Amino acid sequence: MVTQKITIEPVTRIEGHAKVTIRMNDAGKVDHAYLHVNEFRGFEKFCEGRMVFEMPLITPRICGICPVSHHLASAKTGDAIYGATPPHPASLLRELMHMGQIVQSHGMHFFELAGPDLLLGFDADPAIRNVAGLLAADPALTLKAVNLRKWGQEIIHTLGGRRVHPNFAIPGGVNKALTAQERETILAGLDDSIATIQVGIAIIKDWAEKNAEDIDKFAVFATGYMGLVDQNNALELYDGQLRMTDSRGKQLEKFEPSHYLDYIAEHVENWSYLKFPYYKKMGYPQGVYRVGPLGRCNNSESITTPLANEELNKFKALNPGKPVENTLLYHYARLIETLYAAENVRLLLDDPDILSTDILNTCRNIQPEGVGVIEAPRGTLIHHYKVNENAQITSVNLIVSTGHNNWAMSEAVDSVAKAYITGPDIREGMLNRVEAAIRAHDPCLSCSTHAVGQMPIILEMVDSDGKLIESVTRD
Amino acid sequence: MGKPKVSSDWLAGCAGCHMSLLDMDERIATVLELADLRSTPITDLKEPDATGVDVGILEGAISNTYNEEVAQKMRQRCKILVALGDCAVFGGVPAMRNFFTIEESLRRAYVETESTDESGKIPDDPELAVPTKVRALQDVVPVDVFVPGCPPDADTIFYVLAELAQGRIPEVKGDKLHWH
Ligand code: SF4
Repeated sequence: MVTQKITIEPVTRIEGHAKVTIRMNDAGKVDHAYLHVNEFRGFEKFCEGRMVFEMPLITPRICGICPVSHHLASAKTGDAIYGATPPHPASLLRELMHMGQIVQSHGMHFFELAGPDLLLGFDADPAIRNVAGLLAADPALTLKAVNLRKWGQEIIHTLGGRRVHPNFAIPGGVNKALTAQERETILAGLDDSIATIQVGIAIIKDWAEKNAEDIDKFAVFATGYMGLVDQNNALELYDGQLRMTDSRGKQLEKFEPSHYLDYIAEHVENWSYLKFPYYKKMGYPQGVYRVGPLGRCNNSESITTPLANEELNKFKALNPGKPVENTLLYHYARLIETLYAAENVRLLLDDPDILSTDILNTCRNIQPEGVGVIEAPRGTLIHHYKVNENAQITSVNLIVSTGHNNWAMSEAVDSVAKAYITGPDIREGMLNRVEAAIRAHDPCLSCSTHAVGQMPIILEMVDSDGKLIESVTRD
Repeated sequence: MGKPKVSSDWLAGCAGCHMSLLDMDERIATVLELADLRSTPITDLKEPDATGVDVGILEGAISNTYNEEVAQKMRQRCKILVALGDCAVFGGVPAMRNFFTIEESLRRAYVETESTDESGKIPDDPELAVPTKVRALQDVVPVDVFVPGCPPDADTIFYVLAELAQGRIPEVKGDKLHWH
């Protein structure tokens, strides 16, 4: 009897490279589907020997989609190592840059990467199921999406001199103040951006209503959740305490990010270069949790800005009193956060300290190690460095956002494959749904491949000895 | 002649060069008018057309066996190959790994890191690509156009694509090498 393996490679419209292998059993049913993250880059080793102040420029090269996350997490680690808490205006400016990134990254994901599935359909012709197809189908909407991303990128450019890989945050603060003129320019684009985000929210809600079946059939499962929150358990993206909740929404832990090693450990599987983080006290895999927009919206009790908070309440009403478990609702959660980020830009720009030039603490009281944590668009990002007495790096540990979701993405791939591939007649749209299960998490495989990297998908058929019979790639 | 076909892919890079390509903002519509976008990381075709494409663009260095395969396939199927960004042009930040052995780098990531539990081991499943020395694209396949920068400026990328789409080989020099 022939056992089949289906390989989808590469997974498209995600950041980085992945490969999925779906092993079929003798009865022609899915036995198990695996998500292989297929590249290793080695930042944790090759940063050894560098000076700590170089790290905010080296580590963003882990990921060009959310370079600001690494830039800021690295600078925060540098703050801890130099014993130099940034002055308040510097923290405001860093947070402002971070909000620009949340808007551009989330906005691009919703409209340009996931949008083709939602607006053109999972089963649309793969030749047009992309941003060009979207442009042809709805030029006005696509242009709005392009402008939303542009507004976010321009905030980064204004502060850091460039859109990708900015040079702005340094240990102890930032290297540039905001001018009154720049503040006005950012404000001028704010209302349009909020309007576009609200169009996106209307689209996802409408889509969710019409596709309730897909949403309920598509990778719904229990996990814990994690993310930064403030003292009232409201959503935080730049700074705060890490909170973990369980599958029923009960708080498991709330701790200072610098103590992460007491709560988080990583498991290694032989078939992936991406490790599997889990809540240490529960062990692996019982202690797996989700991060990113869905994780954060489940893990936060409220949002500090009014429009986003109103949406968060509607989101929570989808499963009253319990976490929302549907993988496809990552898209809704992502837009709620985008709305928060845009509203927060206004709060930050209205702060009386925002134009201050008191932006750098030059203290150099070198500590042997430091931890810097931030909520990247895709979830909690942890940088941890040890240094010698000259602040030269002796070791680096990175746990990236997409890593925390590794178990959930693997589970989603397996569950969607089982739900949609039920017989020998395998159609492209089914495989695209498997990819969409990954895409919903907006994985950043460049990030995960600081230690990891390529993520292709392939469906291969192998016999029971593992010999390849046939390989189906989508084309 | 129809629109020239363009394919792109990423190797060991950070996606920043493709982001810079999107940073041309609304001019992306102009590029779509001039060129037929085939397989790319943001479209759903998985590899360059078997019948060939006019322009192939690769971001990132060569750091494993899978990168080599992708680069070779792109080279076979495209007429003009573009190395986009420092990683592809000379190895960039990923090439810092060459200061260590591959074994040292893998051991650090999968065994020695503070958060890795006792399951730590170096993954070596046959499905996974095997890491190699990090090289520039031209160390593996011949390259026709080099566009340095980390990432290159969106204006430069727009110029390069617009020239290629109109059948000219772009000259990347002077202002085009000035990225901020
Ligand atoms: S050249 Fe720079 S921006 Fe481009 S892939 Fe390499 S690290 Fe990223």
